[in-house]
Amino acid sequence: MRFGVVVFPGSNCDHDCFYVLEHVLGQQVSYVWHGDTDVSGYDCLVLPGGFSYGDYLRTGAVARFSPVMGAIERFANAGGYVIGICNGFQILLEAGLLPGAMMRNTGLKFICRFVDIRVETSSTPWTSSASVGQVLSAPIAHNEGNYQVDTMQLEEMKRHGQVVFRYCSPEGSVLPEFNPNGATEAIAGVCSIEGNVLGMMPHPERASEAEMGSEDGLVVWRSLLTHCGVNV
Amino acid sequence: MPELFEELGLKRDEYDSICEILGREPNKVELGMYSVMWSEHCSYKSSKEQLRKLPTEGPRILMGPGENAGVVDIGDGFAVVFKLESHNHPSAVEPFQGAATGVGGIVRDIFTMGARPIASLDPLRFGSLESPRTRYLFDGVVAGIASYGNCLGIPTVAGDLYFEEAYEENPLINVMCLGIMPRERLILGRASEPGSIGVLIGSSTGRDGIGGVSVLASQEFDETSAAKRPSVQVGDPFTEKLEIEACLEMLDKGLLLGLQDLGGAGLTCATCETAERGGCGMDVDVGKVPLREPGMEPIEIMMSESQERMWALTSPDNLDEVLGICEKWGLDATPLATVTEGDRLRLFLDGVVIADVPASSLAQGPEYHRPAEKPAYIDKVQSADPGALPAPDDLGAALMDLLGSPNICSRRWVWEQYDHMVRLNTVLLPGGDAGVLRVMGSSKGIALSCDCNGRFCYLDPNLGTQIAVAESGRNVACTGATPVALTNCLNFGNPEKPTIFWQFVQSVEGLAEACRQLDTPVVGGNVSFYNESFGEAIYPTPVIGMLGILEDVRARVGSAFSREGDHVVLLGDTAAEFGGSEYLKVLHGKVEGKPPALDWEAEKALQKCLVRAAGAGALASAHDLSEGGLAVALAECCVQGGTGAHLELPGTLPAPAALFSESQSRAVVSVPAQRLADLEDIAAELDVPLHILGTTGGTSLEIKGMLELGVDEMSEVYDTSLEKLIAGATR
Repeated sequence: MRFGVVVFPGSNCDHDCFYVLEHVLGQQVSYVWHGDTDVSGYDCLVLPGGFSYGDYLRTGAVARFSPVMGAIERFANAGGYVIGICNGFQILLEAGLLPGAMMRNTGLKFICRFVDIRVETSSTPWTSSASVGQVLSAPIAHNEGNYQVDTMQLEEMKRHGQVVFRYCSPEGSVLPEFNPNGATEAIAGVCSIEGNVLGMMPHPERASEAEMGSEDGLVVWRSLLTHCGVNV
Repeated sequence: MPELFEELGLKRDEYDSICEILGREPNKVELGMYSVMWSEHCSYKSSKEQLRKLPTEGPRILMGPGENAGVVDIGDGFAVVFKLESHNHPSAVEPFQGAATGVGGIVRDIFTMGARPIASLDPLRFGSLESPRTRYLFDGVVAGIASYGNCLGIPTVAGDLYFEEAYEENPLINVMCLGIMPRERLILGRASEPGSIGVLIGSSTGRDGIGGVSVLASQEFDETSAAKRPSVQVGDPFTEKLEIEACLEMLDKGLLLGLQDLGGAGLTCATCETAERGGCGMDVDVGKVPLREPGMEPIEIMMSESQERMWALTSPDNLDEVLGICEKWGLDATPLATVTEGDRLRLFLDGVVIADVPASSLAQGPEYHRPAEKPAYIDKVQSADPGALPAPDDLGAALMDLLGSPNICSRRWVWEQYDHMVRLNTVLLPGGDAGVLRVMGSSKGIALSCDCNGRFCYLDPNLGTQIAVAESGRNVACTGATPVALTNCLNFGNPEKPTIFWQFVQSVEGLAEACRQLDTPVVGGNVSFYNESFGEAIYPTPVIGMLGILEDVRARVGSAFSREGDHVVLLGDTAAEFGGSEYLKVLHGKVEGKPPALDWEAEKALQKCLVRAAGAGALASAHDLSEGGLAVALAECCVQGGTGAHLELPGTLPAPAALFSESQSRAVVSVPAQRLADLEDIAAELDVPLHILGTTGGTSLEIKGMLELGVDEMSEVYDTSLEKLIAGATR
């Protein structure tokens, strides 16, 4: 598959995503510049973590106006695969490609640590190789991961199977003490109705090698590859 | 100008020297430039003479002190650049921005050399957490470091943290950064080709931070300090992140002849230092500097310490491409200087010369031989006999007190606020003895540790400094890495006081001796004087930042007991040494005695033993013994691994000494049963004392006849104390 890792000014997980896709998964990867307006030729676009535009106004609020975002929106609407990780997720929310909004963590502190997340659906391209209830260990690293969505929208999302990951205990129980940031219903990742656009706060690229402490993040990449008919 | 030079922080004899150099009185602009460059912070005028005592050379050292940061060859075509620096005074005045811009400054020093910054460390010292002001400063400093470092995408992988009354008004905020590069990308801060162009890149220049180095960093604190807040700059990590990418792109394309950051003393420092190092002069058009506000005087422009500015030297042929890369990254870039033959730094405004001085006279500055006199307190504190104090009734309770002590308990609350994983190199997470990073494109690993026990340095600055080096070497050795070079930040009081200067001289001599013993040259560093408030100095605090190299990163060793049934082994011997110990402070409220003895032969043998055993794959864990002694080290191994241990201590020492003495040159390791013989062979060959204490396993730490504590109850105290103390809990 051909992956494009989008580089916004201030992205800082772009190299990490590139490295994992190329060296760990052996895929074709290129960087996509935020000023580009043509994203044809890619199968999947990755919006990496970081502090696009310094997160100065509000996370993702400036990046959503980058020239590349129009192209990404058309790409997504045409069924292209898009994953936003951390700041990338925040940008997808600001761009309206995913429902909901992000607030500051309830503890008002940046949090970097391994958390456990539970796979809520295996019906998305991103979780097709996982099983429902499977617990993944992956790091979070954010100040604004407190995912918010109103009740009506949430009900609709549930109907469409758009809640993909929830923070949970190591055994897979969703309990308040395992919700690191106050997110509504401990939501850690959501997808579009069609499932081709995923946003998640935990970093799968940081959990893609045993040497980094977890390989659980590989399931996200491998699910997509399998879904697209690539042997992994 | 008599009033003006004093206001700018210059002394009468310094003013006279300037007149002599110029053959005339300096004008206002020139005087401003001399005042910042001749400040203690920039000129090292009090410390230079002493710093020459330090060993700075070795086969791996590509660049020692004198450039923006030291450079070490780690093999496989890679070089690392690292440096430790202080931002103490700005952080005491405004903790968030002071600490944030401290990170910004040290990171610029690293990519200025051509390296990509890949790790930060943060050694911090504060007053007692019972003081609301300390809690305010601590919270703000950690948030400031997090805010800046996280945005840059540089993981903060280690640090160290102490709370002592001596730092109440004058906290220490030291920051270390390490970068890595292909060897051939190394670039120096030099303007050595006449006709080349100086380009100012990044933020515009404002009135912020004027005189930061001379007004803030080179004077003691008093009741007027709050009024100095305007001298602290405001950080913009986003712009700095763009500068990292733009500068590295220019270097990869071979477009630059020299690169320097603008930090203390701003444009004055960047222009005169690059000219002086390159043996050239420079003509600078001050009128071209992009300004934040109208009406700025040339003296303000030259002294401003506005953050996030870089100074690049390029040939006229490459200028367009340099400007193009800056534009791509959204950075302002203004060519405004030409490198000239000779050595004059000349400033122009509207075509008129407004300053004309020898660049080297600014960059080199004066040098003082300061008098040193042993302070009276030394003999008094050293004559105390801490061993004579009564033993605690309940050794388990004593250990719990220590585990909850702010100097020992888990630093998780701090490091979870730092992104410590970005860039996918952090293969040993914070909480152990040293941060360990893999080197992409090589099988090697890098281990980093920052250390300084200020109490030991207060009781004996020379020995205390040697212990700091020994401990930082031991910390990296515990991970399996060989210590190879170090940087330092020497934090002291007012050097004009002979008793303070005595501490400094002693400390530098101890540092020199330790570096020779361990074969770890000093590749750069920073001196921070005037750490005093209302006439009271901090403890002498020479913070050491050690670089260790693992030949095979897969051989790295963590500190936690992570398996059941392993042998627990103490390497090294214990004596009853309580001077300056955490035990003495926490249980008896005293800071006195002599620091523990340091036998370099024993220390070097232990470190070799740890590295060799790790390389042979014989160790399941290794943990250095420091504050709180053996008992605290064992408890940490248990808590971090979630595993207990059943042990019996050898020898005839009374229980408090066996448990809590801070004797040097010791480590506790766990070893799989089938590898014990290998460790014994290595230890015997190196003459390292080896004591088998028992085995790991179970849910409690049992030390026969002395104490038994559940791992859970120890974790509860160890893991949560810092958070509770910050919330205002009292002990």
